Amino acid sequence: MGPEILRDMTFDIPKRSFQFLTGPSGAGKTTLLRLLFTSLYPTRGIIRMFGRELSQIPRSELPMLRRRIGIVYQDFRLLDHLTTYENVALPLRVRGKDEASYRNDVIELLKWVGLGERINVLPAVLSGGEKQRAAIARALMDRPEILLADEPTGNVDPPMARRLLSLFLELNRLGTAVVIATHDLALMDQVDARRMILTEGRLDIYE
Amino acid sequence: MNEPRPPTKTKPAKTEKAPAGATAWQEKSAEAAPDQGPRRAAMRVRPTAPILPPSNIQGNALMVVIAIMAFLACLTLGGVSMVRATAAGWQSEISREITIQIKPDEGLDMDAALKKARDVALTFVGTRDGTIMDDSATARLLEPWLGTGLDLADLPVPRLVIITIDEQNPPDFAAMRDLLKTEVPQAFLDDHRTWVDRLVSMARTTVLIGMGVLILVFTAMILTVVFATRGALSGNRHIIEVLHFVGAESGFVAREFQKHFLKISIKGSAAGGALAALLFAAANLWQSNSRATPQSEQATALFGSFTIGFGGYLGIFATILVIALLTTLTARLTVMKTIDEIDLIRSDPARADGAPKS
Repeated sequence: MGPEILRDMTFDIPKRSFQFLTGPSGAGKTTLLRLLFTSLYPTRGIIRMFGRELSQIPRSELPMLRRRIGIVYQDFRLLDHLTTYENVALPLRVRGKDEASYRNDVIELLKWVGLGERINVLPAVLSGGEKQRAAIARALMDRPEILLADEPTGNVDPPMARRLLSLFLELNRLGTAVVIATHDLALMDQVDARRMILTEGRLDIYE
Repeated sequence: MNEPRPPTKTKPAKTEKAPAGATAWQEKSAEAAPDQGPRRAAMRVRPTAPILPPSNIQGNALMVVIAIMAFLACLTLGGVSMVRATAAGWQSEISREITIQIKPDEGLDMDAALKKARDVALTFVGTRDGTIMDDSATARLLEPWLGTGLDLADLPVPRLVIITIDEQNPPDFAAMRDLLKTEVPQAFLDDHRTWVDRLVSMARTTVLIGMGVLILVFTAMILTVVFATRGALSGNRHIIEVLHFVGAESGFVAREFQKHFLKISIKGSAAGGALAALLFAAANLWQSNSRATPQSEQATALFGSFTIGFGGYLGIFATILVIALLTTLTARLTVMKTIDEIDLIRSDPARADGAPKS
């Protein structure tokens, strides 16, 4: 077994809440996000999600659970052969929805994140900020109940970081709980929000 | 590009009431994205691309590997079916006839003896036809050893009666032999048993060797196809991960990959199989067009007829299907295994592969 990354922490993420998860590099932010996204099991401890204990949920039901969670990876994870539109529509496509039923929604969302003119463009020609917004749009596409974003402003300049932050705030106003993992203090200073600070595997929360 | 005004210590969420509509951002889109200009009535999007890239290096390489393996497997299959047919032909041709040999003797009326032997043989159930080899035919038979212009009257050459028999219901050779001994003491019945037995064992050995080669080629084909498919899939692991993490069920991911690999394998195996079938058809055509030429005779003597028949073509078709199914099944199992692995990593934090970096 590897080293203990997180320990002795108890916290909850209320519905429609907005919080930053911060701490120095290597503190365990990504691990905590992965735990919340069910892409990692805790070696011990209990995680309850949407009223159910995670260890009690069979593997076959995990995709259904993940559909209620949006995740924005630090490295975007866009598929290179699909256009911005197709990448953002992917969550609906894998749910077996008919393209005609979501086309307008996807286009509206792309406009909302400022990618209205980049709909038919492949990720290779998108800038870092555009890729980030496409990844965010994909995470939002099916209106998740909670959005987890790992360093969403790590690859962009300060104006773009502010722009992305305003997107998250907008989303939060629309009812999604948002967790942003970042170590960008300037970004956090712009919003009066809950801060979850990870230090050497321990979590302190400042409401 | 106009940037939206940076929030100045915004207080998020708690005070605001969330709209309930499923496409609530639509109402907000105009204000949140001021750089979009006037909204267009409809945006054109390209026809949705398949989730898996339709062609890439691994896919093309896999198609070529499948085509080559299908070609080799079909060639072997056709070859074995040809050998089998040829061996069966030898066996049936030689066992379709029996020979009565009459040795010349002092005071023997050879012609009468030949007729009598033929008539005796034809009284048995299971015989069909009897032909007495006349002088010229016998001379032709001996030509390689004794040269041309042979006068049979000068030499004590045995004469032959060829009896055609019903292979399915052969006559009682022992009774025939006994009766001939009594009626024509100089007659000797040769039912070709020794030859037939040797040919049967030779034909069986040939077919067995052919089957062995076929099994080897098919095993090689299966392994090559399985490993090539897995190789091609390894380049798509990131797609499996993304699909898995955007909430796709394992069955959906597996189906997408199955469809993709079925297309590749059908194309590859159909090309290989069709090429092999064409090769046999062309060889058959050549053989029938150049019948009675020395080259054709030589080829026929060596390989038999290049006809693989309906069964052979059916075998080629079945091989194409087997390869297609094999590739599809391998793709499915590999994708399911990859998803299992991704899920397994969840319970082992020491394995960080597939996880976003910190």
